[in-house]
Amino acid sequence: MTEAVIIGVGLHPFGRFPGKPALDMGADAVRLALADAGVKWPQIQGGYIGSYEVANPDAIVGRLGLTGIPLRGVFNGCATAGTAIALAARAIETGEHDLTIAIGLDKHPRGAFAADPSVAGIPSWYGQTGLFLTTHFFGMKINRYMHEHGISHETLARVASKNFGNAAMNEKAWRRTPLTPEEVLASPVLNYPLRQYMYCGPDEGAAAIVLCRADQAHKYTPTPVRVRSTALRSRKLGAFEVQSPSFPVGEVVESPTVDASRAAYELAGIGPEDVDVAQLQDTDAGSEIIHMAENGLCKDGEQERLIAEGATEIGGRLPVNTDGGLLGNGEPIGASGLRQIHEIVLQLRGTAGARQIPGTPRVGYTHLYGAPGASAVTILST
Amino acid sequence: MTTTDATRAQQPVADGLFTWPPTADRPTRLIGSECADCGLVSFPAAPDCVRCASAESRQRLLADRGTLWTYTTQDFRPPSPPYDGPETFEPYAVGYIELPGELLVEARLTEPDPRRLRIGQAMRLTLVPYTVRDDGTEVVTFAFTPDDETVGSQEATT
Repeated sequence: MTEAVIIGVGLHPFGRFPGKPALDMGADAVRLALADAGVKWPQIQGGYIGSYEVANPDAIVGRLGLTGIPLRGVFNGCATAGTAIALAARAIETGEHDLTIAIGLDKHPRGAFAADPSVAGIPSWYGQTGLFLTTHFFGMKINRYMHEHGISHETLARVASKNFGNAAMNEKAWRRTPLTPEEVLASPVLNYPLRQYMYCGPDEGAAAIVLCRADQAHKYTPTPVRVRSTALRSRKLGAFEVQSPSFPVGEVVESPTVDASRAAYELAGIGPEDVDVAQLQDTDAGSEIIHMAENGLCKDGEQERLIAEGATEIGGRLPVNTDGGLLGNGEPIGASGLRQIHEIVLQLRGTAGARQIPGTPRVGYTHLYGAPGASAVTILST
Repeated sequence: MTTTDATRAQQPVADGLFTWPPTADRPTRLIGSECADCGLVSFPAAPDCVRCASAESRQRLLADRGTLWTYTTQDFRPPSPPYDGPETFEPYAVGYIELPGELLVEARLTEPDPRRLRIGQAMRLTLVPYTVRDDGTEVVTFAFTPDDETVGSQEATT
């Protein structure tokens, strides 16, 4: 099977852009990615585009060129961008296309995500009585995790402080004001034990990734980044997942992140010990901590020591969310995972500027998790 | 609509969630279902089984006591819709209560202070009027309350 490689990345800044439609942000990201790859839109043979707010994001062809290509809309909750990159890579691996694109764009209103519970297959009373908030799940999951594995409130604050510090070095990030752990701990509790500055916010932004066949990459770039594996998994019965009015008692059932992670490592022939830099879904500071273990990057409970030692900082043994993660960038759902990949590509090329991790990173890892219990992992390498 | 006291009308937030109205010989219970083929217990009651895909199920009243598995607080007013609580927002707590041998159920907790909640705490089912309609009707939903008198005890299920 042919291997897919990334030859171009483009990122529209994440944040608030009054008056600018999501499709325009997406078109800007595509143009940046095309320029980075050194290709023109008419050369793109097909693509996958994801959005939550835009009903038919494929309308972006009206801004890029009506070339007649198949541009397929995809949506998998917070794993949407993982799906877009996976399918774009698959189109190359199977020989359908030589040159494809993955695009993500979104433009969310302020405040916690609000929706009709029926869109998630959940009865109305769950929303009416104030249970239908994804933030509850994250608060409850880290609360139990802290209880079981000895994670402190200070460690939550250190994670948030790290990500805002990294975002301060990222001109495309939304939240660029560094905060000390003490400042994070002084912010109001939103969902115990999580505080205001421990949560990411919905926002706006777009990203695009151009891929081609590995054997043609030399035509475009001296530094292709290989897509070693992609994996998507949904929740299994018995796992504790977001938006669950109940779940069965019984043996511990692992989250879809564990399943997606294992599948991605196996497909790639790469182990957690080989990962040089990781981008993990940090919907909140607790999620980053839990996801370190669920993605095999440490054992449960080791985070307390690793984070105190600075292991996940730029310059540490395992840098996590070097671009500020979701805490620093917010979450335009359709684009979020492609923003992660954009950062890994810069890191593997050695062009991440002030955020560049030292040494010669070879393997990068990206991870998404969200409603209704879906996780996507992508492993990249030089 | 049913009146449970002389002064205010009350109604459940949804039919089929819990026994209503509560009476001396029919106390409040959550209404779940049990798969006729594999025995999986579900809440709210579900016609189809997510374990074995059977479409045969029977009603089952769930235990009214359990232990707190995890919890969090809600310190800001949720977006409306879908939330239809009062405009004057009072923080509340939510958690998962483990009903041994049955399931873990998510519910509002009557105790809003996280310092007074702990994982493993004994909890008891109750009903709370969580909002009031324009005509003065109180809308009731299920909740769990710390049950200090029955630490660790479990009732048999029906």
